[in-house]
Amino acid sequence: MGQIEWAMWANEQALAAGLILLTGGVVGVAGQFKDWQFAAYGVAAGVFICLLEYPRGKRKKGTSIERTGQRYLTVCVKAFGPLTRNYYVRAGLHAVLSVPGGFMLPTVLGCVCVAIASLIYLLAAIRGEQWEPIMPRVESKERPGQSMKEPPTNPPPRPPAELRRKRQEDAAYVNPIPISVNSV
Amino acid sequence: MGNWVVNEGLSILVILVWLGINIFLFVYYYIVYLDERFYYTRVLVGDALSWARAPAACLNFNCMLILLPVCRNLLSFLRGSCQCCSRNITRQLDRNITFHKLVAYMIAFHTAIHIIAHLFNFERFMDAQLEQNETIAYVLSQIGNGDNSSYLNPIRTNETNPTFVAFTTIAGLSGVAITLALILIITSSMEVIRRSYFEVFWFTHHLFVIFFIGLVIHGVGEIVRGQTASSVLKNKPNICATQYKDWGKNPDCPIPQFTGNPPMTWKWVIGPMVLYVFERLVRFWRSKQKVVITKVVTHPSKTLELQMKKKGFKMEVGQYVNLQCPSVSQLEWHPFTLTSAPEEDHFSVHIRIVGDWTQQLFEACGGEKKEFQEAWKLPKMAVDGPFGTASEDVFRYEVVMLVGAGIGVTPFASVLKSVWYRYFNNDTGLIPKKIYFYWLCRETNAFEWFADLLQSLETQMLERGNADFLSYRIYLTGWDEAQAVHFTVHHEEENDPITGLKQKTLYGRPNWENEFKTIAGNHPGARIGVFLCGPEVLAKSLSKQSINHSDADPRGVHFIFNKENF
Repeated sequence: MGQIEWAMWANEQALAAGLILLTGGVVGVAGQFKDWQFAAYGVAAGVFICLLEYPRGKRKKGTSIERTGQRYLTVCVKAFGPLTRNYYVRAGLHAVLSVPGGFMLPTVLGCVCVAIASLIYLLAAIRGEQWEPIMPRVESKERPGQSMKEPPTNPPPRPPAELRRKRQEDAAYVNPIPISVNSV
Repeated sequence: MGNWVVNEGLSILVILVWLGINIFLFVYYYIVYLDERFYYTRVLVGDALSWARAPAACLNFNCMLILLPVCRNLLSFLRGSCQCCSRNITRQLDRNITFHKLVAYMIAFHTAIHIIAHLFNFERFMDAQLEQNETIAYVLSQIGNGDNSSYLNPIRTNETNPTFVAFTTIAGLSGVAITLALILIITSSMEVIRRSYFEVFWFTHHLFVIFFIGLVIHGVGEIVRGQTASSVLKNKPNICATQYKDWGKNPDCPIPQFTGNPPMTWKWVIGPMVLYVFERLVRFWRSKQKVVITKVVTHPSKTLELQMKKKGFKMEVGQYVNLQCPSVSQLEWHPFTLTSAPEEDHFSVHIRIVGDWTQQLFEACGGEKKEFQEAWKLPKMAVDGPFGTASEDVFRYEVVMLVGAGIGVTPFASVLKSVWYRYFNNDTGLIPKKIYFYWLCRETNAFEWFADLLQSLETQMLERGNADFLSYRIYLTGWDEAQAVHFTVHHEEENDPITGLKQKTLYGRPNWENEFKTIAGNHPGARIGVFLCGPEVLAKSLSKQSINHSDADPRGVHFIFNKENF
């Protein structure tokens, strides 16, 4: 399994976990459960985790596929520098974030899922992976040569190459000197 | 004006029937729990009871279905024995993985509803147990305190909390375990993970074993309780509910007795589980049969060809096999299309080196070494299959369009080779009257191993004077400056500078609109099979073209689109 980037799976798991934590929190708050404060925490933590995990990182090998509209979040996540680049930090962060979820049933599932994501991130960190942002590719526009600002206004002095070149089978006579592309 | 009914009609019908059954089960079981047997349960938890049990019924149904589309050998068997059935039915079997995914999404959806409803149930049961005053909830919760069997409220004491109860009941613990398994399976099945890190997807997916075991024992605790039938006769809820303070003292209203529902899930899933166990046993048995590598060829563009022999191996065109190489990995099986024809005495696969397993296989087969390898040095292989896919149907159409993108040309290698053999043996009755073959490729190296095949076909056809039978076009979709110059200079030569074939290579992507129009014009009223092995984007485009260019008139030309990819 040498070529696997665990961070990719950790990212999917963490995003799913964030959503589950968020849903559990919403249920706890909307249903006015006991200890609803933990549910409110679940909502906040869930939203935070989703925002953090939404932008996919760049893969070391192969093409990286962005999630729709992740560009804006990529900029935000990139701004935190080493805090978001380093996966040890992320693993620790997720581990800490998961704990309060365990105090109430609706958020317990979210808690366990975030903890699992934290473990996978830890594995990714141990293998030296890092989060790199996927930057938009600079589209280099086709720049014709500086002298070709406008199309030529006069036709060339002889017909274009296709008409000049006669096919051997159709020719009424054979050219004594063979014609090539660059012939004058 | 297109004809989507011909292409998609039966699939859409299957999906609608499946959705219909889901909706029916949901509504039916929702209503079951509105019955007076559950009156007192609903006093404690309200509608959340029905909202939990209805998706549970749908979950039973979908968990039964999910194992069936992945019984490859069973499906292959059905496909084979369905030769007499209409093509349309066998085409549905090609979409097995799509159906598997749909059912999986439905399972995830119903799991979410089920869990949320049970969160409310747990909370309300806890509230009932914590009641201090003598409300009906309090009285109901106290029932069964002595004998521990006729109780209603599954939370038996007020010195606990819902989380603790969830983890100490069979239902709660198994529920958490199988939900975790489901979440891990789903996150590792995301397209990004599946396509790039197949091993993670494959191994994590085996958590389904835990899922099914947990699913079966989930209901063993019988914590969903309702009044016993005899108790309903004596303590009618609509009469006695208001007199809860006098239950037992009033002869008209004795204390109600409750019991749990016996587990039902096993009845739904036992059949498919047994079928799946058989499936794995068949795969295992087939894999133990001896396979010998007779030839190893390394092609440019990091492609490895393995020619193998196995006793009793029979294949059809365009089928695939699963290969395992124990010296590389004991647990991994990977699918590869067969590139040989059924008429040959061996079977072969062309493997592109893209990841760990393929790289190690390449090295194990001596790909790195230049000198001749002794046969005994080659690794032992295990083969499961062959399994049928869409390309099997190629010979059932009068006119076919074969489109292969890059390595996706492999099933068609098998088809074209078989065509060559049948042509050679004068079995012209068994092949399509006309074949249009399109090969889209990004790099010139990839042509090499296939070009030989095309060359021999080309010569054959010229000899027979039937040059029109196979019309093929090769499209090069990527090149650099140096290559472009080379092409221009050699443009006028008789043989193509890249492939050496008479048919010139075309540059860029085909104009499908034109191609379909021309072919429709050439063959009015025919059933034309369009076969694609390539990326999703191309599939969408060709599917649309097939629908658009098919006549609404049943006697007109019809393009039937068939797709396969892994």
